[in-house]
Amino acid sequence: MKFLCVECDQQMAFGERQLPGDGTLAATFKCPKCGRVVAMLTNPMETQLVSSLGVEIGGRTVPAEPFEMVRANVVTGGPAWSNDAQERLSRVPSFVRGMVKKIYADYAKERGITEITPTIMDTARAELGLEGM
Amino acid sequence: MRTYHQLTDPDRSGLPGQIGAQRQRVAERLAGVRRIVAVMSGKGGVGKSYVTANVARALARAHKPVGVLDADLNGPTIPRLLEASPSAQAPAIGLDGVKCISMGQFLDEGAPLAFRGPEAESFVWRGAMEASALREFLGDVEWGELDLLLLDLPPGMQRYIELCDILGNPPAVLTVTIPTPESRDAVRRAMRAAVERGSALLGIVENMVGREFVGTAADDLAQEFGAPVLARIPWHPAPGTWNELSARL
Repeated sequence: MKFLCVECDQQMAFGERQLPGDGTLAATFKCPKCGRVVAMLTNPMETQLVSSLGVEIGGRTVPAEPFEMVRANVVTGGPAWSNDAQERLSRVPSFVRGMVKKIYADYAKERGITEITPTIMDTARAELGLEGM
Repeated sequence: MRTYHQLTDPDRSGLPGQIGAQRQRVAERLAGVRRIVAVMSGKGGVGKSYVTANVARALARAHKPVGVLDADLNGPTIPRLLEASPSAQAPAIGLDGVKCISMGQFLDEGAPLAFRGPEAESFVWRGAMEASALREFLGDVEWGELDLLLLDLPPGMQRYIELCDILGNPPAVLTVTIPTPESRDAVRRAMRAAVERGSALLGIVENMVGREFVGTAADDLAQEFGAPVLARIPWHPAPGTWNELSARL
């Protein structure tokens, strides 16, 4: 999808992406000529459809990990990852991401936590001394 | 007002580029695979996975490196047929050294395939999710050098069409049927779709021959499509059956 500033007849440029954690997505686009900013808001089903394709609005900041979609989305006995927790995990360098993910998953499993959120990650980080992860 | 294709400035999302990178990853992974063959049938329960596993084992015993991709994401059976480890190692190693990948390696024992996501209208995105899983099985497994990669398809045509899109080129097709006219009619539709997509028809395997299932499905389909009947597999195949079939592929 692309966004056009009709008044300026200019293609708008991607600004930023936000995942509020409720399954929705917000992305902003800015007209390079007049500076007008619009936000695209997708509902959970639309967000999931884009995610299902293995692509990211705004572009990938890190390369895809092997079986990234399967491991993140197939329901198993392990804890679920909220969208914003997944987003945060994606910013961990790829060469340690698997290890970091396992640490958080083990932390959640030991405490009976069924979904890992940024709040859970913060708590685990403080308790386990994982500063920077 | 300008339309989509008239807007040509690069955008940061670069979604076509991301899709292109996915396809490139698949192509690079499969660069060492000499042949890709889809084992398919429009009919369920005819023994596709059974044929796939036994052909793969026969080739492996003949010192030909072979892999099996279990494309039946909702009813994976290859790990059990090849006695492969249930771990998510990719590829897993099954009987006779056959490399394989299956959704069965990722699912808990007995659990159905389910994806995280909004439940309402899940049919909208579930197909895309399954196609992405298939793409990851093709592009994220270190297949290495293979003489043959067998793709064990579920009943119906949907997975075959997804494979054609992901691979870029239609795979060659090995068709499995049982002798009955009901099977023939279903398999005919699948073979026709394969021909329309441009797949080469390697031949037909008639399975479960000699007891309750009566008919001439393999001969009928062979005549209609000009493809050879490669094997007729009885309920209790002789020891050399799979060697003979694999040699004809």
